[in-house]
Amino acid sequence: MSKQRVIVIGGGLAGLAATMKMAELGMSVLVVSFLPVKRSHSVCAQGGINGAVNIKGEGDSPDIHFYDTVKGGDFLAHQPLCKDMCHHAPYVINLMDRLGVTFNRTPEGNLDFRRFGGTLYHRTAFAGATTGQQLLYALDEQVRHYEVQGLVEKMEAHEYLGAVLNDDGRCVGAVIHNLRSGEIKAEKGDAVILATGGPGLVYGRSTNSMVCTGTAVTSAYLQGAKYGNGEFIQIHPSAIPGRDKLRLMSESARGEGGRVWVPKKAGDTRKPKEIPEAERFYFLEERYPLFGNLVPRDVGAREIYDICVNDKLGVNGEMKVYLDLTHHTREFLDHRLGGILEIYEKFTGVDPREEPMEIFPAVHYSMGGIWTDYTRTDEGLIDHQSPQNQMTSITGLYAAGEADYQYHGGNRLGANSLLSCIYTGLMMSPGVLNYVKNVTQAAEDVPETVYTASVKKWQESYTNINSMNGNENPYALHREMAEEMISNVLIVRENEKLKSTLDKINEFESRWKNVKCVDTTDWSNPVPSFINQLWNMIQLSKIITKGALLRDEFRGSHYKPEFDLNQPSDFRPETYLEFEKQKETGNIQEDAFAPEHLAYMERFSENNIKWLKTTIATYQNGGPDISYEAVDTSLIAPRPRKYD
Amino acid sequence: MPDTVTFKIKRQDSESSSSYWETFTIPYVPNSNVISCLMDIQANPINAKGEEVTPVVWESNCLEEVCGACTMVINGKVHQSCSALVDQLEKPIKLEPMSKFPVVRDLAVDRTRMFSALKKVQAWVNADGYHDLGPGDRLPQKHQETAYKLSECMTCGCCVEACPQYSSSNNFLGAAAISQSRLFNMHPTAKNMASERLDTLMQEGGIADCGNAQNCVEACPKSIPLTESIAEMGRQVSDKLWHNIFKA
Repeated sequence: MSKQRVIVIGGGLAGLAATMKMAELGMSVLVVSFLPVKRSHSVCAQGGINGAVNIKGEGDSPDIHFYDTVKGGDFLAHQPLCKDMCHHAPYVINLMDRLGVTFNRTPEGNLDFRRFGGTLYHRTAFAGATTGQQLLYALDEQVRHYEVQGLVEKMEAHEYLGAVLNDDGRCVGAVIHNLRSGEIKAEKGDAVILATGGPGLVYGRSTNSMVCTGTAVTSAYLQGAKYGNGEFIQIHPSAIPGRDKLRLMSESARGEGGRVWVPKKAGDTRKPKEIPEAERFYFLEERYPLFGNLVPRDVGAREIYDICVNDKLGVNGEMKVYLDLTHHTREFLDHRLGGILEIYEKFTGVDPREEPMEIFPAVHYSMGGIWTDYTRTDEGLIDHQSPQNQMTSITGLYAAGEADYQYHGGNRLGANSLLSCIYTGLMMSPGVLNYVKNVTQAAEDVPETVYTASVKKWQESYTNINSMNGNENPYALHREMAEEMISNVLIVRENEKLKSTLDKINEFESRWKNVKCVDTTDWSNPVPSFINQLWNMIQLSKIITKGALLRDEFRGSHYKPEFDLNQPSDFRPETYLEFEKQKETGNIQEDAFAPEHLAYMERFSENNIKWLKTTIATYQNGGPDISYEAVDTSLIAPRPRKYD
Repeated sequence: MPDTVTFKIKRQDSESSSSYWETFTIPYVPNSNVISCLMDIQANPINAKGEEVTPVVWESNCLEEVCGACTMVINGKVHQSCSALVDQLEKPIKLEPMSKFPVVRDLAVDRTRMFSALKKVQAWVNADGYHDLGPGDRLPQKHQETAYKLSECMTCGCCVEACPQYSSSNNFLGAAAISQSRLFNMHPTAKNMASERLDTLMQEGGIADCGNAQNCVEACPKSIPLTESIAEMGRQVSDKLWHNIFKA
């Protein structure tokens, strides 16, 4: 067979982890990236990477990590993948340590670990407060080494437009747009991996970087790939307001003891330090005595919304609360949180070591993404040799990292994203190579006409974009669309508003046709590319909004007050396990449960039968057709979540 | 509070065309940074003369000063445009592309030379493989503190833009790459290649090209102790030279 290669789209943690692993296994890899890979969005991850190394002797284990992850995701995550990931997490951290990541250390010289949301253990390894940057740099360095050796080729300042499919619908390459010369051409590849991150820009301003448009995965969806759990968008409780971007204030600030509070008196105009302790409302600590400020993100964002909107206790009456670190010494803060405190100070002009920070919730992460497959073993782990792992519903087209959908269910735990990116990139590689070795026809031998036809289609599409001469500025239209999404598809979701947003999105789609290509020059022109991205963002906003409209329940980040099952405050999740056990034996001892508990458990059980499923969006007749698929929950029985 | 902000932007249509200045006056919005203003121009690309022009082209990604992409020369000083706050800048605000790299278009430049320098100094750990080989070495906290600071370098180019020695007519590696060679020479396993890195630093374009102007350390947005790194690598290079002399 002729020389084969794999194309990796995206140079963040998932893409580079897969690249280096496949190169190690001897495969040629072409990396395509919008920017030099060292500038990928992974650099924005701050707080750390999870792995149950149990360095503090707390009795932590991969199985507890697995449980926390599945519970954090409100049981919508695929359990065999989560289990395999959590069991490999200590190895991933050790590997990154060997590759030179400057993780913080204990006095004895071991890796140090801190606490993060959704767990009671010190499980998060960290490098100051720029852990994502440090992890990415280590992978970037390994990949550069392979580049020097000739196994890896990089095409930076290039954008993926779509997959090249042969007559059987198998992916045999990618159509690539040179962002400088404007040239559109096909690259042959025996498999293509989309490691293109999340879609934050659908919401305009988010904690995401400028490249996070979700265009590549949307392109796959438009070509027929299934999209999973689109409506599950994580809102991070703590961000710094900004005109161009909502900068993240890492959960590690709370992991290191940061306390969230508001003045007890609505409209209190005093400066935060003038408000005495007794007049401060530490609402997370009060409402969640067990997890306190480290409740999972969906819970934290909802509580901040509740305190600001329903109780009207937000700072200055706005959607803002205090995040207070001022009880720590400057030395402690600089050593463990330096990077993020500098960012806060740079952008707000306020020193967070002296004054409590003002923070608010912002769009942060998509649990949903392109649908991908896997092969489980009898033990409930993953068969790492299977070519099905991470394959989308288009044969030969793979996805990894935030671009996929399986690991985080309805809500991702902090510091699990860096883990899922690196783990997935490494885990999938042997299977991808097994697929590549066994293809019936290598990309080199696929008739040239298959590629020229794909290229022609995209060239025509860009010629059309270049000739668009309507009266809408594409960037202004994007701002408007984002406002609509921020207003109605955020923390609290109501069906009436979701319906009207879907109508609005259809209007945006019509207005897109009236866009003006405000730059038609042929050198390094970002405008046609943005107009194409905007089309894809409109399609993706339909997936998110329609999925949210049809899912009539409250799960993880998807909160519909109308369908809240109203868990009684004195209910314990173990009671539900007992109830399920009795149900299985066909003999429920009704008087063993309090009547309101029994009623709640029946509601919970019915709701799961109906809704504990993956949302699948497929592109049909110009929009998403929504259906539902079973989730593998065979390892940890679903139960009500509780964090107090 | 002013009603408007004026930007004078040095533009260039392609790699080979000549540059020109264009002025934009846009409505003042509180809490703006240079990027949010460039975005405003993008959404309404009309220059101060009222002419409809092409939106300004620049490179950016993270917008929180960790990716290095949006570096440009702002009022004569090299800086990331995301963390350049309009309220803190003298008006009109002058934006130019970095001068030490080929201009791609407008404010976007091609910094390939910096990434090539990382190849030359072999800025990586030579790993035996990516399988499970257990944990790495235990390391003192002090070591981590020094290494972490060096490892924050985002290859943004501020140090070499400010450097009087770094120019398109020579092949000086620049402070960033020299500092990276220090980082890897102190790593418990990457230091196995220390001698090879020093060979690179001893060649043309290496450490001898540093003129000790110390502009680099002033310009670094991450306060990386670049002059300390250059001094340390100078010491390692001279140790090796002495060693070579006595060996011969």
